[in-house]
Parts: sequence; C-alpha cells; structure tokens
Amino acid sequence: MEAVDGNAIGGLLCEVFGTEMTAAASVCGSCGAARQVAELAVYRPALGTVVRCRSCDSVLMVFVKIHDRTCVDLLGLATLG
Amino acid sequence: MAGTALRRRLTWQVAKVSAVTVETASVRTLTLDVPDWPGHQAGQHLDIRLTDEDGYVAERSYSIASAPGEPVAITVERLDDGEVSPYLTDELRAGDDLELRGPIGGYFVWEPENGGPLLLLAGGSGIVPLRSILRHRERTGSTVPVRLLYSSRTLDDVIYRAELDQPASGVEVIHTLTRSQPPGWSGYARRADAALLAEVAWPAAALPLAYVCGPTSFVEAVSQALVQSGYPPERVKTERFGATGGT
Repeated sequence: MEAVDGNAIGGLLCEVFGTEMTAAASVCGSCGAARQVAELAVYRPALGTVVRCRSCDSVLMVFVKIHDRTCVDLLGLATLG
Repeated sequence: MAGTALRRRLTWQVAKVSAVTVETASVRTLTLDVPDWPGHQAGQHLDIRLTDEDGYVAERSYSIASAPGEPVAITVERLDDGEVSPYLTDELRAGDDLELRGPIGGYFVWEPENGGPLLLLAGGSGIVPLRSILRHRERTGSTVPVRLLYSSRTLDDVIYRAELDQPASGVEVIHTLTRSQPPGWSGYARRADAALLAEVAWPAAALPLAYVCGPTSFVEAVSQALVQSGYPPERVKTERFGATGGT
C-alpha cells in the first residue's frame, strides 16, 4: 500500500482534535524525528488510518471509526502540537 | 493566516453544483455554491461525502482549484475503479446537491508573503492546488517569479491547458509528456527526474520555495531530487495522493 501525506487526513484530524492539525509539530516516540503532521506517512487500509514516521516507519497514530465514533491511539508520538 | 477561519469547527454542509466544466476526457471542474464558506487559502482541500440509499458512506479529499475570493471549485479526475469520482464526473449536474466540509489544511498553502521564487511541480491532477496558487498570485498582484513543471501522459491529458498556455507575467510553464507526444512537440518527453530538474528548477542558491503535488511515485522522485540538489527539506512542500492519476 502506498503512503499519502498527513495533509490527506486534515479533515479527520480536525474532527478528532477540533482544530487544524496538519501544520502542527510532531515528534516520533521511537526515533525522535520532528516533522509537521502534513509530512507524516499515512496509510489508509479499509479498517482505519495508520500514521507512520517517515524516518523510522514506527506507528505514531491510529484512527478507527466505528458507528460515528473514532477510536484514537497516539501512543507512538512523543509530542504533538 | 486566517486564524479564526481555521479555528472554527469543521462541519459537513450541503453545497450546490453551479457549473460543470469539461477539462479533459476524464476530468471535470465542479464549481460549487457553498452557503457557509469561510474562505480558503490557495493549496487547501475539502472533503466530499457521498451516502448511498442503504447508508454506505464514502469520503474523499479534493484540492480546491479556485483562488481565495473566487467561487469554490474542485477539479476531479475520473478513476475507473473509484467509488466517488465516477459519480462526480459523470452523474453530477448543475443544480445538484453535494455534501462537503472544508477548507482543510495549513501546510500545503501559499500566501504572497511566503515569497519565492516559486517552483511548482505537478504530476497529472496534482496541478489542481498549484493552479489555485497561480491564480492567487495573479489576483493579489504578486510578482514572485514562478516556474511550473507539469508532467502529463499526453497533451490531451493536460488539465487547464488553455489557461496554462497564457501564463501571467513572471510565470513560466514547462510541460513534459511522458507517454506520447504530438507531431512537432518541442517540450520535454520524459519523466521528471534529477536530470530534468537540473534543467528546469531554480538553483538552490536562489532560495526557492517548492510545492510538489501528484501521485506518490512522482512526489517521491521529485522531492528527493530537489533535496539532493540542495533544496532544504523544509522548503519542499509535498502532497502525495496515492497511486492514482497519471503523470
């Protein structure tokens, strides 16, 4: 599966965080790489959305939507925003 | 930055299609009448949501094709196996309703004060947000020098061809046609790679600002070549939209 950019999930992020997030700063919890959210690698398999670090490929964020509820896992991030 | 516009809650709303423009055999521009549009920045996108009779929902993102201050427009390429685009390009007519939310994105945007010189690199329908930037530059009277390299499969696949044939002052448009070229074609006829960029890109010493939009393979090749030629990574803004679309 090919990655798109964090920019592509700007709408989803806005839904979850209530504000524009694609220009927000993020730091990878595994390798420490700092990037704007728009620069992260986004994979969208059928079940949800997986955001990975472009340096070390670690999973940073996972979003799964079920019945209008979005489950959010941000454990791969050291900091966001 | 339109701070207040960005902080407002992003909600779905119903827009009305006010015009459908044929761009190429598979590409249409939909001009939309959006009652509660807060205004957008050049380079932003919006989300479209289609709901079928049994409640199945499909969402897709589309770059905004128009400049800030112009009626909202999106340009859609028909993907034969797509869930959303065939409906948008083949079924929708002026007067139809369409559910959307936006504007979205604060990264792949350009304002005149961001300066340049600008290097715009488009693969296929990746031209759409870059066209918004070009129109915004012209409408604001910016004199930032621009080079646009636009990679398409064939001349018939070039979107906004008439508009790009008459660029504003200070804008240079360079085409490359990767699959076939018409007789007498004097432009480039190869993929956008390091060698081609060495010929057309501003030198890194000019401190250019680059926007790259297209299929993932195009964006990866172009952005890596730019960084290797000395562009600082933070001056190369990218927007990959997956494997779809042709370059």
